[in-house]
Amino acid sequence: MHKYLPHTEADIKAMLDAIGVERIEDLFAEIPDSLKDFEMDLPKAHSEMELRKHFRELAKMNQPLIPFAGAGAYDHYTPSIIPYLIERQEFLTAYTPYQPEVSQGTLQYVFEYQTMITELTGMDVSNASMYDGATATAEAMFLAQATRKKNRVLVSATLNPYVRDVIDTYAHAKGIEVVTLPEVDGASDFSALEGSLDDDTAALIVQSPNVYGVIEELEGVKETLKQKKALLVVNQDPSTLAYLKPPADHGADIVVGDAQPLGIPLYFGGPYIGYMAATKKLMRKMPGRICGATEDTDGRRAFVLTLQAREQHIRRDKATSNICSNQSLMALFVTIYLSLMGVKGLKDVQKTSYNHAHYLYENLKGLKQFEAPFERPFFKEFTLRTTLDAEKMNQALKEKGYLGPFAHGTYDASKADLVTFAVTEKRTKEEMDELIRILGAL
Amino acid sequence: MAYDKLIFERSSEGRVGYSLPESPVADYDIDASLTREADPELPEVSEFDVIRHYTNLSFKNHGIETGFYPLGSCTMKYNPKINQELSSNEAFTAVHPLQPAESVQGLLKIYYETQRMLSEVSGMDTYSLNPYAGAHGELVGLLIIKAYHESKGDHKRTKIIVPDSAHGTNPASAKVAGFDVVEVASNCEGDTCDGTVNIESLKDVLDDEVAGIMLTNPNTLGMFEKDILKVAELVHEAGGLLYYDGANLNPIMGVARPGDMGFDITHINLHKTFSTPHGGGGPGSGPVGVTKELKPFLPAPIVRKAGDFYLVDEASELSIGRISQFFGNMNVVVKAYAYMLSTGRDYLPEIAKLSTLNANYVRESLKDTYELPVDEICKHEFVFDGLKNPPEGVRAIDVAKRLLDFGMHPPTVYFPLLYKESMMVEPVENESKQTLDEFIKTMRTIAKEAEEDSDTLKNAPYTTPVRRLDEAQAARKPRVKFKDLL
Repeated sequence: MHKYLPHTEADIKAMLDAIGVERIEDLFAEIPDSLKDFEMDLPKAHSEMELRKHFRELAKMNQPLIPFAGAGAYDHYTPSIIPYLIERQEFLTAYTPYQPEVSQGTLQYVFEYQTMITELTGMDVSNASMYDGATATAEAMFLAQATRKKNRVLVSATLNPYVRDVIDTYAHAKGIEVVTLPEVDGASDFSALEGSLDDDTAALIVQSPNVYGVIEELEGVKETLKQKKALLVVNQDPSTLAYLKPPADHGADIVVGDAQPLGIPLYFGGPYIGYMAATKKLMRKMPGRICGATEDTDGRRAFVLTLQAREQHIRRDKATSNICSNQSLMALFVTIYLSLMGVKGLKDVQKTSYNHAHYLYENLKGLKQFEAPFERPFFKEFTLRTTLDAEKMNQALKEKGYLGPFAHGTYDASKADLVTFAVTEKRTKEEMDELIRILGAL
Repeated sequence: MAYDKLIFERSSEGRVGYSLPESPVADYDIDASLTREADPELPEVSEFDVIRHYTNLSFKNHGIETGFYPLGSCTMKYNPKINQELSSNEAFTAVHPLQPAESVQGLLKIYYETQRMLSEVSGMDTYSLNPYAGAHGELVGLLIIKAYHESKGDHKRTKIIVPDSAHGTNPASAKVAGFDVVEVASNCEGDTCDGTVNIESLKDVLDDEVAGIMLTNPNTLGMFEKDILKVAELVHEAGGLLYYDGANLNPIMGVARPGDMGFDITHINLHKTFSTPHGGGGPGSGPVGVTKELKPFLPAPIVRKAGDFYLVDEASELSIGRISQFFGNMNVVVKAYAYMLSTGRDYLPEIAKLSTLNANYVRESLKDTYELPVDEICKHEFVFDGLKNPPEGVRAIDVAKRLLDFGMHPPTVYFPLLYKESMMVEPVENESKQTLDEFIKTMRTIAKEAEEDSDTLKNAPYTTPVRRLDEAQAARKPRVKFKDLL
């Protein structure tokens, strides 16, 4: 017997009798015998005590480092009640809300989440979530291709390299040509934009703050794109939108990114949550689920998945995307986070992160091992040129319990001297000062 | 009357729900030209407001712990609490994905061992745990099929075969991966089709433009593909690959393995078969397994073991590339790993057997009342085609809605598309005979109600937080954010 399996011998016997077979094995008679003959090298069943012991040992094999790296994953504070609320079984264990009468909890938080994403980005409509920021960006490329019916996208060189890799993978699937818009001094070279566009260009994809942490200057970009009827896709850390101009103000058609910086733990890379917001014009072609308001037969306000004609379970091979499960519970996470913080709290968190980043920047820049490679506005991530070997530097930091900056040499050897630090409200002055001391002594 | 406020409607100016330490560093200015003109409108609520609001919302959801949840093809099994506890340890959650391998040996071991155990269970060579969900796994698998043919210089293979009983994601994924979809017909007797691949029909569609076939086995009607070895032989002979949609792995775990059946690529839904929570629609996890020959095509990053050391590798030249920012939904993987250890080699086959026993018991017990098109031994699920003698106008959706009043989640309705009144029932292994008997009794009660006064069904549900919704209104005039309601 196993505690997850309730069947007694008597139950099994009664059920087999009802079915009219003698043994459970008879229920598998149609499976060829040749397929049933194999061994599985699996562990024995663990009791709860054994499991806890095993996991204590595994935990000891991890050494969580205090991060001064970001590159798409940011160490912000998680208020205590979020795990408590999202682990309520009604949210945690439910399936996709296909039966809206008993899924109003899920549907309503999705509606609230969509509202908050549109508030932050300034866009008309948000979907219910995507997998992560990288796949959301790739899906934005598909959306641009499908609406513009063009097969080429421009991608700024300052996009996070992992996001770029995912874009390249997805683009290959559909035979989309991906062209890089060059960078200059840590930002997209928009002076090259007009020359890079052609009639077959569906969109420009640009990230702000970008992979160097630099806030991109998007003024006028949309006007240039308009000449060739290309869309503006902006990938942005939504937490920075407490302060920064919303992409809608720059004329963005689609805004995407990862909402992990809204309090989601680092989780060694996931689950995070991709978000996608767009103009009203694009709503009926957007991928993923969208929740809308309606009424029930008694006239009560209620929520339901809507515009489902876009989706795979209805449209099959005519769907705008194959996405089915998304990251719903993480949408609840973000919604609760933004409810607790409000705009005041979000600004507090972001301003403290901003101040910390600038404090560290000013101090590291003063060390002989570092210099500023460009003078550009940044938010909570900044880039320095270093005379140190990035790998050795990060090894030294690791020994003191720190995760060192993101080294650009890991994806581009020509950038081996560039490193990007990320600093959040969680970093204390003591930690920053110690980092400065360690690096100054290398 | 059920609680009906939005969080924005609980907001009062000046309230806060957070606390932060004072910042010890000086204030640095932000250039005004970069900042927004108007603040985003977010709620202003206290911590207690938030708790009460979301607790009240939760009361409007039916979860697995609320009551029976026989949603076909979704494998709504118990999500053990111990997995939640173990995965919440800061040693697993407070770890940045760029940490060097030597500082994350515990997590990499979990990743590696999960790859290995999934390989053992499914008979594959290895797995990538990067895909975020089943549909994402399908896309990855199809991109591997594409890359495989391209690596052989074979660019004419543009078609993917999908049976008419397939999940909607299959054709959608094939399309996203840049393939054309070719449907293959099921085996039918008269109008009754069992969803298994018709060999003659398969032969008709196989040619040198076929890249592969996507199959769910057992299929969405709960039928095991008896001719799977023949199907594999024919597809391989034609130069195609076989893709296994693991949505229905639960009833054959430890009984038979996709790898042994001839599948080249598989995906497994950890949120179905391996007990991780569905989360109201994610985060899931859809690991993709491959044969040894296809290993070089797996996406990056890859976790390997060298001696006793676990390390992270970039992919080979042949790889399809990256498909996720980092390692996928790692915290979900931690839960699935805990589940695999809890059940171990001893109980995985028991799970398969008892889920199959449950499905057959319900099927046999209700087939006098509900129309059972395929009257054969099934695996973990089966499909009714509505009521056996439906009164005028009573449809499967009416039965489904009435079930809600009895505290039970309905089966999947109107899928698979092979039957007009499909009701796909999957009573998982954790459900006891008592629960099944209550369901059987309720289904009979509902059938009787339909005969006596069909309006009872047509107007159901009565006891849920809201009643039937006007879905047309929602689509006609979409209101998708709070401001649209004002």
